[in-house]
Amino acid sequence: MKIRFAALVAAVIAVGTPVLAQDLHFPSLSYRTGPFAAGGIPFADGYSDYLTLVNERDGGIGGVKIRQSECETAYNTEKGVECYEKIKGDNPLVIQPLSTGITYQLIPKVAADGIPMHTMGYGRTSAKNGTVFSHVFNYPANYWDGASIAIKHLLDVNSGSLTGKKVALVYHNSAYGKEPIRTLEVLAKKHGYELTLLPVDSPGQEQKSQWLQIRRDKPDYVLMWGWGVMNAVAVQEAVNIRYPMENFIGVWWSGSENDVLPAGEGANGYKALTLHGTGTDYPLYADLTKFVHDAGKSAGAGDQVGSVLYSRGLYAAMLAVEAAKTAQAIHNTAAITPAMMRDGMEALEITQDKLTALGLPNFSPSFKVSCENHGGDGLAMVQQWDASAKKWNLITDWIQSDSDVIDPLIMADSEAFAKETNITKLCN
Amino acid sequence: MFYREAGDFKTTYTADGQTFPIRFDRMRYYAVLAVAFGVIPFVINDYWANAVLLPFLIYSIAAIGLNILVGYCGQVSLGTGGFMAVGAYAVYKLMTAFPEVNLFFHVLLAGGITAFVGVMFGLPSLRIKGFYLAVATLAAQFFLVWLFNRVPWFYNYSVSGQISAPDRTVFGMLVSGPSADAWAKYMFCLVFTVMVAFLARNLTRGMQGRQWMAIRDMDIAAEIIGVNPLRAKLMAFAVSSFFIGISGALFFAVYLGAVEVGDAFGINKSFLVLFMIIIGGLGSIFGSFVGAAFLVLMPVLLKNVLVGTLGWPTDLAAHLEFMIVGLLIIIFLIAEPHGLAQLWRVTKEKLRLWPFPH
Repeated sequence: MKIRFAALVAAVIAVGTPVLAQDLHFPSLSYRTGPFAAGGIPFADGYSDYLTLVNERDGGIGGVKIRQSECETAYNTEKGVECYEKIKGDNPLVIQPLSTGITYQLIPKVAADGIPMHTMGYGRTSAKNGTVFSHVFNYPANYWDGASIAIKHLLDVNSGSLTGKKVALVYHNSAYGKEPIRTLEVLAKKHGYELTLLPVDSPGQEQKSQWLQIRRDKPDYVLMWGWGVMNAVAVQEAVNIRYPMENFIGVWWSGSENDVLPAGEGANGYKALTLHGTGTDYPLYADLTKFVHDAGKSAGAGDQVGSVLYSRGLYAAMLAVEAAKTAQAIHNTAAITPAMMRDGMEALEITQDKLTALGLPNFSPSFKVSCENHGGDGLAMVQQWDASAKKWNLITDWIQSDSDVIDPLIMADSEAFAKETNITKLCN
Repeated sequence: MFYREAGDFKTTYTADGQTFPIRFDRMRYYAVLAVAFGVIPFVINDYWANAVLLPFLIYSIAAIGLNILVGYCGQVSLGTGGFMAVGAYAVYKLMTAFPEVNLFFHVLLAGGITAFVGVMFGLPSLRIKGFYLAVATLAAQFFLVWLFNRVPWFYNYSVSGQISAPDRTVFGMLVSGPSADAWAKYMFCLVFTVMVAFLARNLTRGMQGRQWMAIRDMDIAAEIIGVNPLRAKLMAFAVSSFFIGISGALFFAVYLGAVEVGDAFGINKSFLVLFMIIIGGLGSIFGSFVGAAFLVLMPVLLKNVLVGTLGWPTDLAAHLEFMIVGLLIIIFLIAEPHGLAQLWRVTKEKLRLWPFPH
């Protein structure tokens, strides 16, 4: 009897522990609750759907199945730490926290634990400098690129001169919102515009005083670094004070359908940056529909398909899968580890041919990651909201950021970090 | 059967006046300490340290601090988050300015700085009482968060306004930064927690604590029997802020490692700590621990059960978590308005007579 009991216990333990067989673990630190859920849900759905598609259609990456796990952070740093600690022992190939606050928390930790982190279009801008930030990647573009691209677009609109213009920045009063300030200040000196800073405290439901100030000062342009509920409130407030919407530009995190739909017709003409194409007019969606949506395997409620942030989640997953493929090729093994994944991310190259083959032609710019450059080339487009068609229209081609301004800033900030934490530089 | 005084004879005044006069209680206390110091450091892993024990210990310190002010001295405060931020930014400035000094002393100094700030904001308490004082401390909360956001000197002019804890040691052991061992971080926080709890317990049992309680129960009467309200109230603010400052410093330097003031030390934090002591029990050191455990550990436990074991979707689990914790709070407060500590006291009384209640 005793032996049988022991055997039973052993059997239970064997069943209880996850099989350490071959799989590729892609965790998702998502937030489907809290004031930022409106942004977190579509991103998480897109991320998960693409990985499901790769599993269902291709049988995984290089024949190895993908295992997904999801951990709810509610955009809260303490919960983010809990999630990270939970998954870090489980061979996570890449961490994508989708929160600048959590990113800052994890930057020193991922380097110590040897896990790569991809902060696509968010996080710490100076992580672009791969000589200092060995395990952090922020391709294809970062906040400072965003700031520069927005100003470049304004230069184009004003036939090359912003002298004497007033630009206001409405930003989320957190690490995320403060990121572009330094770049905008340097650009203000270069192009001669006057910059006003208007912080909005998280979560951003209360913005009356900021928009009152805009109404009084009448800045020529308003830039916005907002997220979650803050975006929709800001657009509504801009409509309320009858601010000309075409002079109001949001970063790529302030340019989803959720942000403009509540304001209705008034939001017509609002502009936002974007890192990638949007909508379901890509051949990839035929496969997605067939293997994921129609098969009842969509993540979440399945109602986000084709939205801006869904596309971004899709894009993030696509880049992760491509990096995993690169890693498999470099190390000549299908079962890659986080360390191998890091090498794959560092050697990642996205070309238009590759995108076309994936069913996403012209979805994003081509770029190449290298040991020195973890940040891609810094290209983005400007899109404009058409309220009657309820649709974002791209109004520019890819705009390149002003690297003369940004590169020295990145160097300065990453050097400061290296000095603060005694990092020896890599890539020689 | 348990908690019996029978046969437990005390022959000296010292024995009579000790913290845990009942032998069983004392043994239980020693057993807890023995496990905390002798067993846990050897079995702890990163997840248990960073997701469970560190937040529990650190919030316990904050709850003890706030309990002294609110529970013992009766001065309602909503400024806890702001005072924790003072501790965190003080320790950050000290860590970066004097890298060679032991982190232990930095944390104590950060507590001292917070005590000073706390006394400054405590001054109005001589004129303002009750809900009005709560509003005054609320102003402290918003002012301090605004200050740390606004003045770049506090975050060493970093681009994003984030502060990050560099690697620092205590007697040669690394306790902050990403490479610190789980057990080292745990021990560091544990030592502070035990110290703070010991200090608080003895302060509240002595003359100082009685003065606080006299002020809490009726300040005019206290004044008439010779309690100096200025001294007693400011002392409560100082001691309370000292503890809260320590917890803020540990929260930043050991637990999170990188902090942003609005997110980590916002008004939500003030409410969280206040709820801890209300649920745990006002005017009880043990209650501070139970309250912190309830509000820190319960969500983590529920999440692990719902998502990890049952495999439910994360958003559903997160929403259920709110509902369950909220429901439990209501149930506990209906069953025992004086908090979990009172529930424990009642249990103890019952256990003394068990199994022969008559």
